[in-house]
Amino acid sequence: MRLSIPPVSESPRPDPTELDLFLGFLWASVRGFGGVFVMGRRMLVEERKWLTPEEFVELLGVCQFLPGANIVNLSVAVGQRYRGWKGSLAALTGILAAPAAVSVMLAALFMRYAAVPQVAHAMGAVAATAAGLVVGTALKMAEPVFRKDWILALPVALGTLVLAAFLRWPLPWVLLLMAGSGSALAWGRRAR
Amino acid sequence: MNGLSPIAQVALQFLLLSVLAIGGVNAVTPEIQRQVVDLRHWMSAREFAEMFAVAQATPGPNLLIATLVGWRVAGIPGAFIATVCMCGPSSVIVYTVTRAWDRFRDRPWRQIIQAGMAPVVVGLIGTSGYILAKGADADWRAVALTCAGAVLVWRTRLNPLWALGAAAGLALLGVV
Repeated sequence: MRLSIPPVSESPRPDPTELDLFLGFLWASVRGFGGVFVMGRRMLVEERKWLTPEEFVELLGVCQFLPGANIVNLSVAVGQRYRGWKGSLAALTGILAAPAAVSVMLAALFMRYAAVPQVAHAMGAVAATAAGLVVGTALKMAEPVFRKDWILALPVALGTLVLAAFLRWPLPWVLLLMAGSGSALAWGRRAR
Repeated sequence: MNGLSPIAQVALQFLLLSVLAIGGVNAVTPEIQRQVVDLRHWMSAREFAEMFAVAQATPGPNLLIATLVGWRVAGIPGAFIATVCMCGPSSVIVYTVTRAWDRFRDRPWRQIIQAGMAPVVVGLIGTSGYILAKGADADWRAVALTCAGAVLVWRTRLNPLWALGAAAGLALLGVV
């Protein structure tokens, strides 16, 4: 990705190696307890200066538009930019290795003690809360989308919810129908 | 697909879902749940909600639910393959697009699709929350915890891990 924004300061552009990319993203994922995204931004923009704040916003826009987890996509994009496919692979491994290992260890620990009633009860409470976190995320994401154009957002979001949650349509069909009609509606409202 | 070994089924499933995960892995969580719980009966809805909770409690990107489904189905190799398959195709797409970005960054269709997709993603994440809550909420106390978690994320900037820790603590003390 070549961006036309010239560097503001006179300091030379950073030139991270594959190892730098791996370690940078690994460290961000280890520190990012509960919010790897926040740490990712701090590492990329503030500490290592691999991206300017403007580049970060633009790249994030691209990553949100494409499939995959934001921070994972961001690691691929930043790796690509500095070291091609090897850089992407290094950054991707860096962001994923530790969390994947930790999640399996936590799950194994839980499964080992799942028969203990207190553990099962506590895990039930954690699972109920975790579900709430996702509901809260949906509400938080809905706010700006609805504020921007609720006539577009309301039928499309509700239609998606009904098809996916209640009718349990397979995702490809939900996406085909709702992304299609959502985009058509967005196009119509834009042309007005 | 039923003649394949479970690990191959997991691999195929996540390779496909990787391409569909616009809006992140939370957007495909309902589909993962549908396949893992409803179609293949690899675990119950409650077990799926528990694995999701472990994934949430782990620092890192939110695709860890895929890692844990792979692990439950086929151990460590399953975890590895599920993780690689979940981020492989999407990463190839990101790599290709960011390389060629200058060519279509200002095209108007991009804005239109983005505007049309945003409410779809909202609906899919809402679906994730609903389906996970349905699996996890056995009684009114659990429903109350779900509501508390939702309000916390929606209305405050507190780190959500505090909520998960507090829920575990309250449960161990016998409050909920």
